[in-house]
Amino acid sequence: MKVLVPVKRVIDYNVKVRVKADGSGVDLANVKMSMNPFDEISVEAAIRMKEAGVASEVVVVSIGDAKSMETLRTALAMGADRGIMIEAPEATEIEPLAVAKILKAVVDEEQPQLVIAGKQAIDNDMNATGQMLAALLGWGQATFASALEIADGKAQVTREVDGGLQKIEVALPAIVTTDLRLNEPRYASLPNIMKAKKKPVAEKTAADYGVDTTPRLKVVATEEPAGREAGIKVGSVGELVEKLKERALV
Amino acid sequence: MSVLLLAEVAGGALALDATAKSASAASALGPVTALVCGPAEAAATAAGIAGIDKVLHCADDSVANGLAENLSALILQLAGGVTHIVAPATNSGKNVLPRVAALLDAMVITDVTKVLDANTFKRPIYAGNAIQTVQSQDAVKVLSIRTAAFEAAATGNAAPVETVTLSDAPALSAHLEDMVVKSDRPELSSAKVVVSGGRGVGSEADFALISGLADKLGAAVGASRAAVDSGFAANDLQVGQTGKVVAPDLYVAVGISGAIQHLAGMKDSKVIVAINKDEDAPIFQVADYGLVADLFDAVPELTGTL
Ligand SMILES: Cc1cc2nc3c(=O)[nH]c(=O)nc-3n(C[C@H](O)[C@H](O)[C@H](O)COP(=O)(O)OP(=O)(O)OC[C@H]3O[C@@H](n4cnc5c(N)ncnc54)[C@H](O)[C@@H]3O)c2cc1C
Ligand SMILES: Nc1ncnc2c1ncn2[C@@H]1O[C@H](COP(=O)(O)O)[C@@H](O)[C@H]1O
Repeated sequence: MKVLVPVKRVIDYNVKVRVKADGSGVDLANVKMSMNPFDEISVEAAIRMKEAGVASEVVVVSIGDAKSMETLRTALAMGADRGIMIEAPEATEIEPLAVAKILKAVVDEEQPQLVIAGKQAIDNDMNATGQMLAALLGWGQATFASALEIADGKAQVTREVDGGLQKIEVALPAIVTTDLRLNEPRYASLPNIMKAKKKPVAEKTAADYGVDTTPRLKVVATEEPAGREAGIKVGSVGELVEKLKERALV
Repeated sequence: MSVLLLAEVAGGALALDATAKSASAASALGPVTALVCGPAEAAATAAGIAGIDKVLHCADDSVANGLAENLSALILQLAGGVTHIVAPATNSGKNVLPRVAALLDAMVITDVTKVLDANTFKRPIYAGNAIQTVQSQDAVKVLSIRTAAFEAAATGNAAPVETVTLSDAPALSAHLEDMVVKSDRPELSSAKVVVSGGRGVGSEADFALISGLADKLGAAVGASRAAVDSGFAANDLQVGQTGKVVAPDLYVAVGISGAIQHLAGMKDSKVIVAINKDEDAPIFQVADYGLVADLFDAVPELTGTL
């Protein structure tokens, strides 16, 4: 079974972004970029399936400007077999709908039985691409997975839902999106980073797939969120209770 | 203009708070038809929410568990002539809305915090460190509503209820079981007071300190990702960028450092209290009242005093 994993290059999760002074967007100049953390979890899940003999090949795909190649190489160093680099506008600028359309074309070509995407990209916080891809393919979807098992042409998935957990079964081929508790991704070792440089990566463009990446949503403004007024430190539990009583909170 | 609102049903009952808050966002956009998938009582409750003009009730088993393929087929079946499709940005809303949007060739707009006009919406990006205003040109706008940013619509309405059924369920997935813990505490997303514990609490056993304080305050219990990952608290209690977003009157953070991903889920709370033994913990930068103390001393004392 072939598994396809889309990986996105995003701002590193440790960076606190700032809005540009002119309100035209966020400042990404000289900011550390990494693979979207949920995508690391997806890559890990796919590699474990290969190690367990469930998957035969793990193909990773990234859509964005040329720098997304780094993200692909990271996935290859973790253990993915080959990559597809699809040149398009910078990853943060392409909307999930366009990404899903490109991924659909990749799926049509590659015919994987399973696509494992992240539940959410931590830049746009959209949480949409996996569900959109499932819709375009007419496939079943299992989002927010914290456990995943493949058996008898089906995926059994435990999902993180509002009140706890839900277990569902999806017929393959299907889309799974990963949540934080699915696994702990490995680090790529130095020898594997070296080996990854020789793994094959096909280079394409969004236009090769005939997909228009023009955004549907026009960004009218980008602002800083409202700040909070500075608070105070209290010296004791007694003082804390007094303050809360003054504001009728306890 | 007209709106189809997907009501939130949880544990066999209408989630009134999430639905009423989404209804107040939706009613700014036009007459609202609410779709309720669940028992008849849930539909009746939804019919009582102000701003809902009509309720469509679907009691089919195929949509009872929120399976995205079936539910989106039903929404599409009912969406003829609709200009907006709206749902609360709960996990169930987030599961189904992007699927609906893609089927309509529309770009979904998730986590809307403000409706400016029929086409223009505000939403947070980068863990809430920036707020974007976006304008949609799609024929049908598909939006999920960040409920913490809206007031709940009033109740006391009596909208008519009509029964609908899904004509053709894709049946690509099947529901096996729910593993849902019933709690007598208030629900996290709608509670007036939330007490959250982090890694500093140290163990699942000691997390009883957090629930003890919560019970004293009539509060919901929340947790940081580290507390959930360590098994101190259930996954559905995670507050943050990739968990639940809350904005209670009072949020008490205990043994939580205040990572940006956590702040994203609670920094719009009216009053924030932080208890942490590290005086430099970033949580103190957003706290109205910070107490630098060992939680194993401070929390029992606080629970005892209240
Ligand atoms: C993709 C991604 C998504 C994420 N999503 C979320 C999310 O939704 N929500 C979330 O919370 N996090 C999220 N995180 C994790 C986040 O980055 C932090 O790792 C996490 O919030 C830290 O949890 P914590 O504050 O409990 O633990 P720590 O950062 O380890 O802090 C523990 C705190 O407890 C204090 N402490 C220890 N002992 C005591 C004591 N005895 N008395 C008093 N204080 C004590 C310490 O001083 C410290 O400040 C996410 C991370 C990633 C990469
Ligand atoms: N430009 C991209 N390239 C590759 N994968 C992407 C891209 N954008 C989104 N994805 C995938 O879709 C998931 C969810 O992203 P989003 O819907 O933007 O929150 C990510 O975790 C990735 O798996």
